[in-house]
Amino acid sequence: MSARSVITDTLTSAKRERFVSLRFLNTKAIVGLSIVGLFVVVAIFAPVIAPGNPSADSYLPNLSPGSAHWLGTTSFGQGVLRQVVWGARGSLLVSFLAGGITTFVAVAVGVTSGLLLGWTDRILSFLTNVFLVIPSLPLLIVLSSYLPSKGDLIIILVISMTSWAYSARTLRSQVLSLRERDFVLHAKLVGQPWWSIVFGEILPNMGSLVVSGLLYSMIGALLTVTSLDFLGVGNISAVSWGSMLYWAQNNGALLNGLWWWFVPPGVAITLFGGALALLNFSLDEITNPRLRQRKVKVRGR
Amino acid sequence: MQRFSGRHFVLRRIGLYILIFWCAITLNFIIPRLMPGNAASALMARSQGTLPPSALRALELAFGIHTHASMFTQYVDYLRNTLTGHFGISFTYFPTPVAQVIGSMLPWTLFLIGLSTVIAFVLGNIIGVYSAWRRGHRLADALPVAFTLMSSMPYFWAGLALLYVLGFTLNWFPISHAYSHNIQLGWNFQSLGSVLYHAILPAFSIVITTMGRWVLDMRNNLIGILSDDYVTLAQMKGLPEREIMVNYGARNALLPVLTSFAMSLGFVVGGAVVVEVVFNYPGIGFGLFNAVINSDYPMMQAILLIIVVAVLLANLVIDLLYSFLDRRISDA
Repeated sequence: MSARSVITDTLTSAKRERFVSLRFLNTKAIVGLSIVGLFVVVAIFAPVIAPGNPSADSYLPNLSPGSAHWLGTTSFGQGVLRQVVWGARGSLLVSFLAGGITTFVAVAVGVTSGLLLGWTDRILSFLTNVFLVIPSLPLLIVLSSYLPSKGDLIIILVISMTSWAYSARTLRSQVLSLRERDFVLHAKLVGQPWWSIVFGEILPNMGSLVVSGLLYSMIGALLTVTSLDFLGVGNISAVSWGSMLYWAQNNGALLNGLWWWFVPPGVAITLFGGALALLNFSLDEITNPRLRQRKVKVRGR
Repeated sequence: MQRFSGRHFVLRRIGLYILIFWCAITLNFIIPRLMPGNAASALMARSQGTLPPSALRALELAFGIHTHASMFTQYVDYLRNTLTGHFGISFTYFPTPVAQVIGSMLPWTLFLIGLSTVIAFVLGNIIGVYSAWRRGHRLADALPVAFTLMSSMPYFWAGLALLYVLGFTLNWFPISHAYSHNIQLGWNFQSLGSVLYHAILPAFSIVITTMGRWVLDMRNNLIGILSDDYVTLAQMKGLPEREIMVNYGARNALLPVLTSFAMSLGFVVGGAVVVEVVFNYPGIGFGLFNAVINSDYPMMQAILLIIVVAVLLANLVIDLLYSFLDRRISDA
């Protein structure tokens, strides 16, 4: 085999492998996106998909899954499927909003801290350190036991305020490394205003970190709110996947063998969270070339 | 000079932790007083008719909740009591001091969550090394994805499912408590067996839902390292694959992972509140839950404090270890 043919052979095979790997990446991302999309559609069109009041005791209690009730009924005679569908609204709302606010605070703190340096940085870094070591779930449990009302909005705000620190720290160090790069220095030298540097040069270069932080916060917020609801310190009067688990647990679903009451909400949470995790996984592979699937073959042996 | 800067680094960190500790206890002081349903009024409401006025007065003094004293006096009293370990008296276990109740819960949490954290760490790293080593093979590529999916499962729900199948339906494992109540707990094989037997289900549910993080961390680190030049050199020298993987790859990939492991050891105390609740496991998390249910405010405050102290201590130990192991850090 001549040297030239080896080289072209390697090149085409490298091309083919990249194509294959991109398609593989897309599979993960597509699966993740479709599941998230499906849940969003279900949440939005809940009244169309499962009409009726999800809390109403409209059926016979304790029915096992069958043709009439696909996922059976609760001890109160509520349809489990209808509750899962309507529960997507509350659970997704918290996941999206709390994830979004957390990321917003993290970006604001991280970028300000990394750009301004000096005293601002010291104070913000100290705040970040404080919130890093205070574990958010125990703090949330205590906080929500004092809360007079437990509307979704309050819970969302409290979750966001206790979980931005980790992301803020990562973003700050990224800003610290970006601010020394040539293109940022150039932007400063030609006299671009600060907002143009932040939104035009720095933020676009941390896109993947921000998105990955957003996905993590969304999973975290969903798991946290589910834990709070399950413990009964969250908003358990509303229908959500967490409150379903609370009512199931407190009415002996486990001991009475009503598995169809506590399995579906857990599966829904795992599916939605898993889809977000898949997206994160493929994002990792797209942005970190070393993680891409590729095999270097030593030829000519 | 080196020694000096090392000590300087450690002193600075200790200063930072003291400051954070102060913030945490101040937050702990402020929270109950910001909310309408404050500890003082809850105490009054709860004790209506059940406590003699003298006991009430004693309780007030012990908690540092005087509705008539100025906020500043309350704060100073609170600081003094906290620093001297006087967390007050538990409402639920009246008249046992909170410190004593916590002392009886702490070992269970340290055992259960500590054990699960260590097991998850070891298994996760082994699987991570495997999946980086055999990259491209079907199983090695599927494992990290599978564990990522599992870590988005609520861990207490995994516990519930295990409880239902293995505990309730098949009756293979006990479904609650930390040990069998018809034995006398002591340092013997029977007690040990019972304690381990009761820990299997809760520990398993924590391990399978937290392993994913270690698998992914290790895998990604190792893959990064394996494309470094010194690994290529080792391969070109013809060193055995296994030696390259262990001595050149895994050993170096473990360093950054160790930091997050030490961090997660700090979160052991407050780590798995809900699993303890699901299994009625008599640890700190279950204690916190009961305190919240019974509006046992002194208990809540003290538990939150213990949890923060555990995290701070773990961080301090990491810093000490690092300044000892890695001179570059102490110079920074």
